[in-house]
Formats: sequence, structure tokens, C-alpha cells
Amino acid sequence: MKPETINSNFKSEEYFINMGPQHPATHGVLRLLLTIDGEIIKKVEPDLGYIHRSIEKMCERDSYQQIVHLTDRMDYLSSHINNEAVCLTVENALELEIPERVKVIRTIIGELTRIASHCLWWGVMGMDVGALTTYFYGFRDREMINDIFEETCGARLTMNYNIPGGLMYNIHPNFVKRTKDFIAHFKTKIPEYDRLLTGNVIFQKRMKGVGILTKEDAIAFGASGPVARGSGYSCDVRKHHPYSAIDKVTFKEALKTEGDSLARYEVRIQEMWESLSIIEQLIDNIPEGEYKVATNAVIKLPKGEFYQKVETARGELGVYVISTGTKNPYRLKFRSPGFSNLSLLDNIAVGGKIGDLVASMATLDLVIPDIDR
Amino acid sequence: MNNSELQNIIGSWFPNPEANKNSEVTEVPETEEDSEEKVKVQESTNPSLLEFTEEGSQFLNISVKPEHLHQLMSQLKDNNETNFDYLFCLSGVDWGEELGIVYHLESTNHRHIVVVKVKTTDRETPTFDTVYDIWPTAEFHEREVFDFFGIKFNNHPNLKYLFLTEGWEGYPLRKDYVDEINMVIK
Repeated sequence: MKPETINSNFKSEEYFINMGPQHPATHGVLRLLLTIDGEIIKKVEPDLGYIHRSIEKMCERDSYQQIVHLTDRMDYLSSHINNEAVCLTVENALELEIPERVKVIRTIIGELTRIASHCLWWGVMGMDVGALTTYFYGFRDREMINDIFEETCGARLTMNYNIPGGLMYNIHPNFVKRTKDFIAHFKTKIPEYDRLLTGNVIFQKRMKGVGILTKEDAIAFGASGPVARGSGYSCDVRKHHPYSAIDKVTFKEALKTEGDSLARYEVRIQEMWESLSIIEQLIDNIPEGEYKVATNAVIKLPKGEFYQKVETARGELGVYVISTGTKNPYRLKFRSPGFSNLSLLDNIAVGGKIGDLVASMATLDLVIPDIDR
Repeated sequence: MNNSELQNIIGSWFPNPEANKNSEVTEVPETEEDSEEKVKVQESTNPSLLEFTEEGSQFLNISVKPEHLHQLMSQLKDNNETNFDYLFCLSGVDWGEELGIVYHLESTNHRHIVVVKVKTTDRETPTFDTVYDIWPTAEFHEREVFDFFGIKFNNHPNLKYLFLTEGWEGYPLRKDYVDEINMVIK
């Protein structure tokens, strides 16, 4: 047959493809409806709701101590920081004085959580663009952090170590020594990650100039976290609205201006270095004292509205509570970072190929239970 | 900028015609006693159509009527002194008899935060104007509010279900939602 007759049916007709809820590159149950022309993407539409568990409605019937347990399951890779957000909202509303020891321990464990989340992100990032070895390297280093958590908090992933008023138990006597060993070990690993992946010519070609997000778009779409910092918008909540023991340490905010996938990648690697430096400044001087403050068994917030922002590994998490003075909140809303970051996927993927969409999504670092709540 | 400066600037965009009418009716004061009376009469009517409050919240709250919503939002963004270009939280609330929306806005250069609230008593077909043309992030947030509360938005580009499946009956986050199978009443 002549080439023209074979190709005539496939001449630039747009068609739908489902990047379905079960897909190794979508990091969770996310369904993307792609309208493509050949391999160029014309439109991306996300379809959510596969893991919606009505957390906000359940919170209207739960006490505040029970709500803390629900928040770990939202963004399970930075679960300690989610718990900290709700505990800080309750403590600021009741105007409790939290001991210094609690604040320092919360910050140390929060930064360890951030490193663990970025390790997993790095491993999966390499796997998405084709370098399967990075998955094993990332998980090997994350195991050391999980073992530290298991000894102190009792669980590896969903830690539930925070309660309104302080911590659930005191830290284990081995905590300080194991954390210091981990820091010394991890400082030799990040250069290994750079040698393995960052300078690789295939990786550079797949990431440089791909998925460009301008600073105006990042602000207009409500982006936060490393996604916005890769485009030059300085939005670290730890700098602008500090909480816990963050105002006692000095650290630099990682900022890049190019806005492509390589810039977002480099921002996260830089954040791992900064987290190590924060832990080093705090680990030797944990103050003595109580590990919790006594609160009532039934916590009732005063009438009013309260908002607390924290910086999770993905971006800015907000907890908005409207209370009428009873023991359950009247309305509780979680402003999740992934929800706003997902809305800019259509903006950065249009015009590129499907492989570029996979690379850009990996740098957005979405966790779907965080979006669906 | 602190809250009182913000209140003065934003309040001046929507002057209350009732306040001007009262000052025209009273006579021009010639003695000190008359001027005190005139001041008292002017203070009892709100100088602006918006309502400002700071009690019960850490930020300045502005309550606005639905018909002025879009104009207030575009001025909040475009004005150089306020410059609220980052919408970081849009939540729907069921206040009992009214349905409303709460917007949290932040400015990236001045770093101040303000809260805007709008309410309607129409529970059958509540409608507000969309702010998608001012802040594109509102597209997904407004779809979520449509899913859970049933509030429609005028001029929204793509108002369809985001989390729930097509054909779901009822609006789950409203206070009068009943579902015998899935909801456990304690």
C-alpha cells in the first residue's frame, strides 16, 4: 500500500488517552485525561476523588485529640509536620505556654521528616525518568530515619507523636546519638546522589528547560513550597511566619530563578543540606524540662476563627478552624499544598511531550491523599 | 501595613451613601455643642458599605455583599498599596441559615493578610461571582465548593464535579446532609 493511504487515518487528529488511576508515574491514584495530537499534549485535566475519605466532615464530630490522628493520613510522608499544624492551632487558640524542650524536639523531628520525604522523592524521581538504581539508594537511607522514629515514637510512617500540649512520651535515650550518627552518614550520601544522577547527561537533557513555570504564574496559581521557590518566589513559611524553635536557628532559603524542572530538583537537594544544618544546630542543646503541659481531658476552643500555617515537605499547609465554643470544631478546612500545585499542571505541560509531563509531575512531588483528603 | 490603615483604604472604595445623606440633613454647626452632636450622628452610620471586624480572629475580616464581591476583589489585587495577589485559601462554610465563602488573601510584597467573607441566605440556588479571572488558582477551589455545598459560580470556565461522581444527590458538607448508610451518628 502506498504510504499516504496508511498514514491518512493518523493525520493530526486529537484523541483522548487516560493516564489512569493505576499508573506507576502518577504517584497515587490520580487520573489524568490527556488530549494529545501525536505525542504533543494539548490539554491535561485531572480527575480526583479516588481516595477521598471525607476527613473534613469527620472532624466536625471528633474531639481535637482525635483530629490529630486523622491528619497523619493526609500527607503521609510529612506526617509529623501535619500533626504539629493542628497541635499549634489548638495551643495558640488556648494560649498555652509550651516548654522549650517540646519546641526543640518538634523541630528536630520535623526536619528529619523532611529529609526522609525528600529521600523518597529523589528515589522516585530517578525511577520516573528511567534510572532505577536511585530508588534503592533513596530507600536505603530512609531506613535509618525510620529506625530512629520507631525507637522514639513507636511507628515508622504515621507517627502520632504530637498531642495538643506537647509530646506523647519523652524521647528515647538513644535518640541523640542515633541522630548524630545519621547526620554524619548522610553528609557523605548527598554528594553520592549528585555524582549518580545530577550530572548525568541524559538526566540533564530530560530536565533542563522542561516544564517552565514563571514567577507570575506561580503566584497566580497559588503554588508554594519547592515548586514556587524554583521559580524565584520566596515563600518559605519558616522564614515569614516562624513557629516552634525555627526562630532560634539560622538557615538559608533555597531559591532558584529559572523555573524549569532542573531548578525545582536543585531546590530540594539544597533543602536537604539546610535541614541537616538545622538539626546540627539543635541536637546538642536540647533543653531539660517537661515534655508536655497539662490540658483538660475535654478541650474546648474559645469562640472564633484560627488559622495556622506550617511548611511541610510539599509546601504550605494551612489549618483553618471555626469554633463556636464546643468540644468539636464547627468547620475545619485543610489548605493542602498539593491541591494548588496540581492546578498548574495544565499550564506547564501543554506543548510538551508525554515524557516531559512525567518529568514535570515528578518534580511537582504530589501526594494524592493530600489532595483528596 | 497594619489593620487600621488597611481598613481606611479599603473602606474608602465603597462609601456608604447613607452616611453622606445624614450629614447633609444636619445643619452646619456653629457652636461646639452642635459639632459634637454632628460627630455622634455621623459615627452611628457606617461610613462604608463593607463591614470590618477584628474580634474572634487574628486578621482583619471584611464582610461584603454578593453584588460588590467581584469589584472588591479586583480592586484588592490591582491597587498598589494593598496588592493582594496570593489567594491561599478558599473555603465554603454552612453558617446554619446562610451559606457563605471565606477567602484568605496575602500580598507578596507587603506581606499583610486579610480575610473576606460573603454570605447568602438563598439555600436553594446559591450563586456568587467567580474570582477565577483575578486569581486562576480559584478554579479548582471553586469546583470543590460546588461539589460539597452546591454553590454555583457565574462565569466559571469549567464548573463540574471534582471529587464526587456525576449524579451524586445532596451536598455532603452542609449541616443538613443525611446519609443513613455511610454516616455514623455518635
